[in-house]
Amino acid sequence: MQFNLKLPLSNDEVKKLHVGDIVYITGKIFTARDEAHKIMLESDMKDIPFNPKEMALFHCGPLMKKDKEIWHVVSAGPTTSSRMEIFEEDFLAKFDTKLIIGKGGMGGKTQNALNKNNAVYTSYTGGAGALAAERIFEVDNVYWLEELGMPEAIWIFNVKDFGPLVVSMDSHGKSIYK
Amino acid sequence: MIKSIEDGIVSLIKKAETELPSDVIRALEEAKKIEEGIALTQIETILENVDLAKNKKRPMCQDTGIQTFFVNVGIEYPHINKIKEYITNGVKKATKEIPIRPNTVDPFTGKNQGDNTGNHIPYITWNFSKGNDVFITSLPKGGGSENMSKLGMLKPGVGIEGVKDFIVDEVIKTGGQPCPPIVVGVGIGGGADLSLKLGKIALLRPVGSRNKDKNIADIELELISRINKGGKGPMGLGGKTTVLDVHIEKAHRHPASLPVGIVIQCWANRRADMVIHSDGSWEVK
Repeated sequence: MQFNLKLPLSNDEVKKLHVGDIVYITGKIFTARDEAHKIMLESDMKDIPFNPKEMALFHCGPLMKKDKEIWHVVSAGPTTSSRMEIFEEDFLAKFDTKLIIGKGGMGGKTQNALNKNNAVYTSYTGGAGALAAERIFEVDNVYWLEELGMPEAIWIFNVKDFGPLVVSMDSHGKSIYK
Repeated sequence: MIKSIEDGIVSLIKKAETELPSDVIRALEEAKKIEEGIALTQIETILENVDLAKNKKRPMCQDTGIQTFFVNVGIEYPHINKIKEYITNGVKKATKEIPIRPNTVDPFTGKNQGDNTGNHIPYITWNFSKGNDVFITSLPKGGGSENMSKLGMLKPGVGIEGVKDFIVDEVIKTGGQPCPPIVVGVGIGGGADLSLKLGKIALLRPVGSRNKDKNIADIELELISRINKGGKGPMGLGGKTTVLDVHIEKAHRHPASLPVGIVIQCWANRRADMVIHSDGSWEVK
């Protein structure tokens, strides 16, 4: 099945998604790699300057360019998700993010967390960074840029019809990678 | 003159980052013919992305890699002592101009250098030959695929069959992580470092080319077939094409050692070539 979904996702919308479905999303997404996961897990909720529950989590370290004080996305494909396996169970429990975008799949702990928190993991084609950048129409904000540098900072993007995302680990305990 | 050659380095990096070599595109087109379902959507997305990157002159992948160069210096070239400076300054300039992602981080402090240079980086391999031209190949190497590299110090008793099994198992194990369909470079023999070095050098060969030694060429074909039968497929989502190619290089080994260095390259097997002439003029190919 193919779905065009608007973020944030409702619990029912998450439940409808199964392994093998193709999804295009419209709304806000935030990037977070290793360092951003660590910083967000160590921070108090009140110190997180955006609402992770309403956005999709994108495992991505984008290539950005600042032009006349405005940030633009040059290339922004997914990074290898398995590096975030050590954080994701706690991350989903704390922030209740409903949709993850990454590549390469994740492990058993994340699969259980997806099940428990009613969330899905989707795969975007690795390396297709130029195409992804075309679907990001606005850079909403950036956090921890000074401390973490361009790839590791948290970037908030407004996206339209971002995909194709393959549902590869669903909320029903199924994984395409097994 | 120095400025102009630095611009040449920028142009070399830009070509590598934005235009996938035709041999790799051909292999992806072949994969498109045999894949279906989700595997086909992955190949189609890759090809659409490759087209877009070339037309819009933007890096095809946000991971623009560690800047890696193979330099063959003609010993009559008059400014040999300047070549490293040309490359390093070119990398700094390319970081801002193309742009490419700042990818050099201090392993102790975690600080990003911001300009793609640092200790030992850009990573340059030097060779020397007769003549007065300098040939430079750019091979920007992404982190996701590099993380899947593997060194096996096998027992010589396992023989070439053991080497083949090791390569097939290790490559299939990487699943979707290195962004398949991948190109695999393998160095067999030498010591630990040399086998991995040969694995990386093997990536410079065009996709579809075979080792000149018929026996090794046959092993390459056998490995391609065995790995692809594993079914991991594009992005590890299942399918017929896990590898676009396997390239093997060999070195003689110590009687007690059988090193096997596996270097994994994502589908974005980015490469570009440049020649600098003794009068300072240059071309990027």
